[in-house]
Amino acid sequence: MMNQEITMEEILGHDVARDFTDEAVLDIPAPLSDKIAFEIRDVDLFYGDFQALKNVNMDIRQNAITTFIGPSGCGKSTLLRCLNRMNDLIESCRVEGTISLYGENIGGNNIDVNMLRKRVGMVFQKPNPFPMSIYDNIAYGPRTHGMRSRAKLDDLVESVLREAVLWDEVKDSLRKSALALSGGQQQRLCIARALAVRPDVLLLDEPTSALDPISTSKIEDLVMRLKSTYTIVMVTHNMQQAVRISDETAFFLLGEVIEMTDTKSLFAMPTDRRTEAYITGRFG
Amino acid sequence: MRRNFDRQLGELNVALIRMGAACEAIINKAIRALFNHDLSLARDAVRDDKEIDRMEREIENFCLQLILQQQPVAGDLRIISSALKMITDLERIGDQGADIAEIISMDNLDLTGDLRPPVVQMAEATCRMVTQSIDAYVRRDLQLAEHVIASDDIVDDLFVRIRSLLIETIAKHREEMAEKVIDLLMIAKYFERIGDHATNIAEWVVFAITGHHKDVPPAPDHPKMNSAGSLIDD
Repeated sequence: MMNQEITMEEILGHDVARDFTDEAVLDIPAPLSDKIAFEIRDVDLFYGDFQALKNVNMDIRQNAITTFIGPSGCGKSTLLRCLNRMNDLIESCRVEGTISLYGENIGGNNIDVNMLRKRVGMVFQKPNPFPMSIYDNIAYGPRTHGMRSRAKLDDLVESVLREAVLWDEVKDSLRKSALALSGGQQQRLCIARALAVRPDVLLLDEPTSALDPISTSKIEDLVMRLKSTYTIVMVTHNMQQAVRISDETAFFLLGEVIEMTDTKSLFAMPTDRRTEAYITGRFG
Repeated sequence: MRRNFDRQLGELNVALIRMGAACEAIINKAIRALFNHDLSLARDAVRDDKEIDRMEREIENFCLQLILQQQPVAGDLRIISSALKMITDLERIGDQGADIAEIISMDNLDLTGDLRPPVVQMAEATCRMVTQSIDAYVRRDLQLAEHVIASDDIVDDLFVRIRSLLIETIAKHREEMAEKVIDLLMIAKYFERIGDHATNIAEWVVFAITGHHKDVPPAPDHPKMNSAGSLIDD
């Protein structure tokens, strides 16, 4: 009896090895998509004589959240606005280099800018609902793109309000003015409005900086849910927000992209000392 | 910018230096008690251990406060999280110093002959490892941290030498030396463990500086045991 081999299973009554190899307990994020939505190559941008972006090169992945961080005036919002050509509205603005969305140069003269902005939606810092009903805010975009069927519009309004996690709060007041909503609700409405034209990409320019912490947390949850369907690019001044929700982060300084990598690495082991100095609050 | 945070990080350094110094002191008292038969020193050491425990709690609270207030990232995060891990090792060093003192106070150990030099060397080497590991942290000195990690082999070799000498002692003196041999073996083992904890501290210093851990060996397969509880080689 003394020399007979016995196993851990016999002693403990269960298979120890199996206990340890069962499904993972920790939530390890899934690997990012290899598909690239935007390819940005050698982009220089000038406002008159002032150069706001200097030789920017980056790839923005599909179905990921990419954040741009950096001190005020570093060019992060400027680059964001290049992605759906919002800078066209600024007369003195001149862009060199190429930005492609799924291989197609979006800077060309042949590009229908309205169609581009349908594919690449944008939400701004301050919630800007149209002064009309909640329903009409959502239906506005699809109507201008030709959707007239009441039943289809009803379905769309419900589905995007659900996507934006706003439906339960507004389903009984769709005819009420959007201006009566709280700031956080207005911002989710703006996201829903952007989703209503079924874009590929959502650009968010400091979407929570005007919101209280609970509304901020709702928007963050929402953005993380949306990335399975959309590609998201966000400018934020809140570095903890970038750490919490983004997959990749680019650090901008004086119009240059200093460092861009996966968010965890950028905030744990930045390779450039200027990045470290900024994220640890030594300047900015 | 961030003057307050830098001041707090400075305070954290000072608190760690003090805790390291308390650990050195406890080892020193234990060894002096052993060589001078001074039981009051041994009692001091036990009291010092309580102070080290208190320091651990204090530094832990301070680190948690820094994480909460400053939401540190990058180098700051590594410095603070390493400090949180290091104090656990320092606290264990304090415990083991006190354990050595306790053995000395219960038994009239007379340390003479061949055994004295290796025990003295071991005490000195481990004490130096503790000091240097904290110095390496405070000065962010990667080379010194790696030197501490390498020094662990010296302490391990000294333990093996003391063990052999104790086996010889048993062979020569039998029962009359049994208690002394057991106690000395435990003391040597405690010193050896102190060396291991100093090594852990130095490894956290390497992490704080580089962001990488020294190579961690892969986990072994789940071993089988025989009925006597020994591992079976497959």
